[in-house]
Amino acid sequence: MHIRRHGAALLCAAIAAGLLAGCAKRSSEPLVGVFMPLTGPTADFGLTTRDGIQLAVDEINAAGGINGKPMKLVIEDDRGIPAEARTAVTKLVDQSGVVALLGDVASSNSLAAAPVAQMRKIPMISPSSTNPEVTRAGDNIFRVCFIDPFQGYVMARFAAEHLNAKTAAVLWDNGSDYSTGLAEVFKEEFPKMGGKIVCDVVFRAGDIDFSSQLTKIRATNPDVIYVPGYYTEVALIGRKARELGITVPMMGGDGWTSASLIERAGNSLEGCYHSDHYSADSDEPHVRKFVQSFTKRYGHAPNSLAALGYDAAWILAEAMRRSEDLEPASIRKQIAQTKDYPAVTGKITINPERNAEKSAVVLQIRGKAVHYVTTIEPRK
Amino acid sequence: MQEFLQQLVNGIVWGSAYALIALGYTMVYGILRLINFAHGDVYMAGAYVAFFTAGALGGLAMGSPAGALVVMLIAMSGSGLLGYGIERIVYRPLRAAPRLTLLIAAIGVSLFLEYSAQLAFGSEPRLFPQLVPARTVVSACGVVISNQQAIIVAVSLALGLGLQFIIHHTSMGRAMRAVSFDREAASLMGVNVDRVISFTFVLGSALAGAAAVLVPMNNPQILPFMGVQPGLKAFVAAVLGGIGNVWGAIAGGLLMGIAEIMVVGYLASSYRDGIVFAILIVVLIVKPTGLFGSPVTDRA
Repeated sequence: MHIRRHGAALLCAAIAAGLLAGCAKRSSEPLVGVFMPLTGPTADFGLTTRDGIQLAVDEINAAGGINGKPMKLVIEDDRGIPAEARTAVTKLVDQSGVVALLGDVASSNSLAAAPVAQMRKIPMISPSSTNPEVTRAGDNIFRVCFIDPFQGYVMARFAAEHLNAKTAAVLWDNGSDYSTGLAEVFKEEFPKMGGKIVCDVVFRAGDIDFSSQLTKIRATNPDVIYVPGYYTEVALIGRKARELGITVPMMGGDGWTSASLIERAGNSLEGCYHSDHYSADSDEPHVRKFVQSFTKRYGHAPNSLAALGYDAAWILAEAMRRSEDLEPASIRKQIAQTKDYPAVTGKITINPERNAEKSAVVLQIRGKAVHYVTTIEPRK
Repeated sequence: MQEFLQQLVNGIVWGSAYALIALGYTMVYGILRLINFAHGDVYMAGAYVAFFTAGALGGLAMGSPAGALVVMLIAMSGSGLLGYGIERIVYRPLRAAPRLTLLIAAIGVSLFLEYSAQLAFGSEPRLFPQLVPARTVVSACGVVISNQQAIIVAVSLALGLGLQFIIHHTSMGRAMRAVSFDREAASLMGVNVDRVISFTFVLGSALAGAAAVLVPMNNPQILPFMGVQPGLKAFVAAVLGGIGNVWGAIAGGLLMGIAEIMVVGYLASSYRDGIVFAILIVVLIVKPTGLFGSPVTDRA
């Protein structure tokens, strides 16, 4: 009995504390909320993005912060779970009083969090959620990466113009929005550039046998094979294709970006190409400076997630510097006006759909590493 | 024609794995009238045993036929042991219970194994080590057969024949047939029913363990839920061939493998998983006991 009464008192205190925290005042320093997975199976994505953001914020503050005030980060771990991303955003806005948000990495988490940010009218920039739906949640939701279908266009142009391919086969996962988006645009664009789709076959995520699809592709003898899947399936497809005696290059999207792709595929993907957000090989000075300072600080070269995190933080900081009062509404207005910003992942213009219009790079797998081949500009 | 022959080769290789897994279903059903839904997960467990064995043996297991054989024998033992354990701990205490109880217990065991594996090994697909590096052994008329594919078919065939020998030419095999025919009568004749049932589980599970080395050898990726689809399809293969019938399971497995490959090759690739069940429905309508099944006689 005594214990129970004690518990009730504690509960009241907790509720009161929660209510007080709920009406937290905005501090004089501009607070920026960051939500991404820092633990759990996709922790790697969140941690490396956060490293990119942290590097950018330190540079911003070393260069005078936001008009004299340092930019401060409040970081929440959402463990890569959509429901927790929603909770994290609620907490960041209602309790910490952030004026802008950076997150999430995966599209499914951004899709869950975006309506919460939109409802509270807090601008949110996703560094790397490529699903087209994400920014349709409302006028406060932005991104600094390109969207999925753009990569289909990039590889169609690369195949037609750089590889001089006349025929192509497409092998895609019809259970994945990502793969479907890339494949559909490729199949639409490649014929417009004078090419011909000679074979169109699908697989399902989780399949391990691709002998039948590849035998069918082999019979049509294409110049290239477009495989917009994720690295686990792509590795198995590469192995089986070489086993069946298919020697033409294969191409894919950023789903190929994984340190383990080459290990899983053996040398079967040697000479193959995929599109990506950025290349650490670039010789542009601002990219080299970013790669150098990131490597110096974290001991390894930044991948595209780190670069996108860095760009998202800088674009937000520039918008905050231009805004007259550091209120969410004016920051939102300024992010929307970002034009030709020289980001490390390419020149970024935020378009009326609040997506980034920017270039993509094409990388080639050569000798157990990926190398920069060319940059493809957005279509006019 | 070249394409058709190549697809036929692909289908036979793919179907051999279904056949090996289907044998376990059909044997357990034959003896216990139980559809052991955990069988696909015994297959998964065998793959992880092989994965860690190959890892522990390191260079010893790679590239040499003897090393691959050792890995396969250990995987078969591991699966066999698991099959024994499942029967001993879960199914035996329930043997007198209604059939439905047993079936639900089987589903429970299946889920338990899947999620335990996810907890223990993580959900990330693992790269299965290259026990026998791929090499082309036949390349004629546009048909390419790799050494791995040849091994899969040869080993499956050998195991199928071995099983046939055990069932028809050993005393344990005779006991198995007797228990399958009439458990009570067999027990009255002095057959140790518990031992026979245990033996059946070990044998069927060991065959799944063999498949668990052969399939990832050619398609080097394993994950905790890898047994779900093959398990389901091997079950269909067993029903298709006439559940309880050894040759039926082999024929059903091959038929399903070939059907799947041909659907992708010549019809719509998105119907790959659907065709299996379409065939099952047609067969069950035309011949309810399966292709090789004997007519059901009421033994009440």
